[in-house]
Amino acid sequence: MRKLLTAACLVLLIAQTCVQAQTQSAVADAAGTNPALEKHVLAVSEQLRCLVCQNQTIADSHADLAVDLRNQVREKIQQGQTDQEIFDYMVARYGDFVMYRPPLHISTVLLWFGPFLLLFGGLFFLAKKLRGRRSEEPELSEAELRRSKQLLATLSESSSDNKEMP
Amino acid sequence: MKRFLIPFGIFVALVLFLGVGLKLNPREIPSPFIGKPAPTFKLTQLNDADKTIAPADMLGKVWILNVWASWCVSCREEHPALMDLSRMNVVPIIGLNYKDTRAEGVGTLQQFGNPYAVSGFDDKGRVGIDYGVYGVPETFVIDRSGVIRMKYIGALTPQIISQQLLPLIKELNRA
Repeated sequence: MRKLLTAACLVLLIAQTCVQAQTQSAVADAAGTNPALEKHVLAVSEQLRCLVCQNQTIADSHADLAVDLRNQVREKIQQGQTDQEIFDYMVARYGDFVMYRPPLHISTVLLWFGPFLLLFGGLFFLAKKLRGRRSEEPELSEAELRRSKQLLATLSESSSDNKEMP
Repeated sequence: MKRFLIPFGIFVALVLFLGVGLKLNPREIPSPFIGKPAPTFKLTQLNDADKTIAPADMLGKVWILNVWASWCVSCREEHPALMDLSRMNVVPIIGLNYKDTRAEGVGTLQQFGNPYAVSGFDDKGRVGIDYGVYGVPETFVIDRSGVIRMKYIGALTPQIISQQLLPLIKELNRA
């Protein structure tokens, strides 16, 4: 148990240092300059996908291209471009894929609403199934109910009889 | 029987989807450039810093823009195929020497052969960004009016050249 705990702590520690290293490195290539600007660059970069390592944003990635694109973002912010203008610039070059949060188009409708479709489909299916099961259970008539109570009573009597037996 | 048919149907559909998914190449991102005018640039030539190359120089011709670098391993891989294409003399190949040094770029061409009519020297990778380059080598087919008709990401192979590039170039030349 203790070993397990130490291992868990170790994993946590490593994960933490990794995250720290990553955020540090993301800022490192522009250290020493205007912190407000860097914050803005980071905020924009976090919404753009790195096309080399596709599961990372260009804020996280160490790929050459990500560094170039971060510099591009910084330059454009310094030129006074709005975030939307920067996103448009990137999308014009790399397509919608560059947006970490895919924009809502006809082609992405399934991506956005597919999960909800599945959820409601599943809920509907479940509800139908449950209702079907309930109606399948036959209702007991008054006479049957009385008889079942009787049976249960005799059953409990006989079981208590059993207990008395050695 | 019907009870099993529905889950089985779902299973088959799932397997089909996953099977198709396996065949897809996640590196292939639909390019927003197809059918759009090639971004302009004016770069110095790799072999001669006094001369320049611009897409405007190629207007009226069907041409290929091939993004390459001396540090790029896949470029070596496609190099023989490019040499063959260049020897066929059907289409001018313009190189875009991407994030390289002049010495290393020139050295690579001297050592392995030069399939390019001209190479533009894009040491900062700025033109690369304008062309949405993210995985060298990349190849663009550009028509007479300067519109990008095809983009291929990754190393060209003789098959891709003969099955995709050459038919397209033939068609564009006829048009």
